[in-house]
Amino acid sequence: MLSVQSNNLVLANQSFVYDLNTPLFSDYAHKLRTIYTPDGEITSLNMDGDALDFPVGTIISKTFYYPKGANDNEVLKANYAVQNNDDSLPLNTVKLIESRILARRKDGWIALPYVWNDEQTEAILKRTGDVKRLTLVDDDKKTPFAYIVPNTNQCAGCHATNNTTREIVPIGPKIRHLKSLDLFDLGSVQEGLANNSDWQDDSLAVESRARAYLDINCSHCHNEVGPADTSGLHLTPGTPIGPHLGLCKTPIAAGTGTGNRKYGIVPGKPDDSIFVYRMNSDNPAVMMPELGRSLVHEEGVELITDWITSLNGDCSEG
Amino acid sequence: MRKILLSTAMMLAFSACGDTDQVTQSPQTATSTDFASTLQEKLLDAKPGDIIEIPEGLHEFNRGLSLTVDGVTIRGAGQDKTILSFKNQIAGAEGLLVTANDFTLENIALEDSKGDLLKVNEGKNITIRGVRTEWTGGPKTENGAYGIYPVQCENVLIEDSIAIAASDAGIYVGQSKNIIVRHNLAEYNVAGIEIENSVGADVYNNTATKNTGGILVFNMPNLPQEGHSTRVFENEVFENNTKNFGHAGTPVASVPAGSGIVINSNDKVEVFNNSIRDNQTANIIISSVYSTGYNDLNKADGFDPYPEGIYIYGNHFEGGGNKPDGAELKGLKLLKFGPTGTLPDILWDGYIDQNKFVDGQPASNNRICVDNGDDVKVLNADGPNGYKNAGLADMADHSCALPKLAKAEFTP
Repeated sequence: MLSVQSNNLVLANQSFVYDLNTPLFSDYAHKLRTIYTPDGEITSLNMDGDALDFPVGTIISKTFYYPKGANDNEVLKANYAVQNNDDSLPLNTVKLIESRILARRKDGWIALPYVWNDEQTEAILKRTGDVKRLTLVDDDKKTPFAYIVPNTNQCAGCHATNNTTREIVPIGPKIRHLKSLDLFDLGSVQEGLANNSDWQDDSLAVESRARAYLDINCSHCHNEVGPADTSGLHLTPGTPIGPHLGLCKTPIAAGTGTGNRKYGIVPGKPDDSIFVYRMNSDNPAVMMPELGRSLVHEEGVELITDWITSLNGDCSEG
Repeated sequence: MRKILLSTAMMLAFSACGDTDQVTQSPQTATSTDFASTLQEKLLDAKPGDIIEIPEGLHEFNRGLSLTVDGVTIRGAGQDKTILSFKNQIAGAEGLLVTANDFTLENIALEDSKGDLLKVNEGKNITIRGVRTEWTGGPKTENGAYGIYPVQCENVLIEDSIAIAASDAGIYVGQSKNIIVRHNLAEYNVAGIEIENSVGADVYNNTATKNTGGILVFNMPNLPQEGHSTRVFENEVFENNTKNFGHAGTPVASVPAGSGIVINSNDKVEVFNNSIRDNQTANIIISSVYSTGYNDLNKADGFDPYPEGIYIYGNHFEGGGNKPDGAELKGLKLLKFGPTGTLPDILWDGYIDQNKFVDGQPASNNRICVDNGDDVKVLNADGPNGYKNAGLADMADHSCALPKLAKAEFTP
């Protein structure tokens, strides 16, 4: 589905690339997302809620990469596109880290992490995951960090969004997350389909951007049947503003994660809110999400901070 | 390419299915020689019925381990011999995370993770036997939250285990059903043993000492399940006087140092035949989340914040109440019992649901009943009135008996 040709990472035929309006934060890595169907072009798809029901044989890939820095392990923090016009990746300027695969088999999806070799010629299956020591370069600021490739259980840690069935499902390719629906003929299903906001689009209300951000970064665990339902905190788009969204909600088992704060969200007071404290940490005992990042997403923290600042009310005790 | 037609009706999108087995075959599978990768690989490859034996020795991990396969036993050579250390952990919120049924962990020690040491999230038939969980630097706020932490599990047996220095609870069973916790030692934790939002728990023959609070039975709001029906009996609960080193904001951070057994907002709790000694705030505390930072906005779920149907009998009490934690309780002791006096064995914050009164009295099954000899008294702290009229309760109000709870029984 992906191959290295003439120093480019190129897509196979019958692949299409998709982007998300608001992506999961992964240590400032860029992502090339493809859907590949070896047996021919997809012409129609069934829907399950707003999830696309891909046929058996579908392979979804997500390749994590950075613009190259000056040295081998230096990668650049960059908010600009580095892919070629045909969506292939120029390997002279791009450092490939890993390609995560979701493959649809007859009995369901499986998730597999492939790690690129230093020569960028081959990605090797690493079911136990991996640690890459990288340095993120942001102008003259250099931050060393441990980039963590998940093991296959950790793939399920996010992709098994229902902790009872533990069925692995794609998260991004849902109508509400897709940046563009141009690929689709929505046919009869258009009604009632909501699309999340682009978290970086300043022209949109801060609340809708924050909720989109929480949805993609948190709700795979923090939903009513997810692994984090033990916390009573549900960050799905349909959760009304109230205790289940964290508003004046006392933590259950946060441990170190409280940062001596009493509530998930204290309206108007981001510094008193556990949300901001946990997003702003890189300590494994504190940080949220628990998996998938070693760095703080400063722009994400800023968005949630702005949203909490905009909320009215207080958490006075009764 | 053409646009993909989306529909909600079933339709065949493909004429043929691919040979998808290819997908699982890697061009080259990386081999790793270090033990950490080997063990994680064994956990990934495990089949139901497997016993994974871990040899004697100190095994270090820099990432958390996880198991998702049902029916697996992980066994060490002894709780002081096989040690999994997470001291240099750089990723993972737990030492070992299990999301599987029919799981047994035995004869092994887990040490020094950043977050929880052992978490089992949503499993049936979970046995933890002869395990030691410990933060080896002693009680410190930066220690991880829980030692042994099954949550949303059914049929949980925790026995012959040791839990030391958790910054929340050493042994914590949350949102679970059918639970036996027996023959364990919990020391130097904020909470020694905690049963929270769980239904049907027997906690017996344990030793809880040198914690901030020895044994806790709690209910918290906004969770899928409210707890009830816990029996705490034949335990040794003494000298739980370690300064509270929990994180402010966590439920246990409000537990005063010197608490023996604490029942908070839980219903149908039977405390009997324990030996409860020298817990300097109170040997038993009965309270509501109103005393622990509960607020009006949290009432959304119709959560019941009152401890109801509490039955305390046949316990041996000795000492305690002589040096309560916190200015309010210190002042109360001095005012009511004098500089050399002590608070009584049972401290109740006084919150009671008057909406459930029958003829001006709590309904018989909702009462707090104490049948523990004439020397055992209850202090009503008068929380609802800002602790203004705190004083000894009229024991006639607590002179009652409740139907005894059923034994927790299951075959794990």
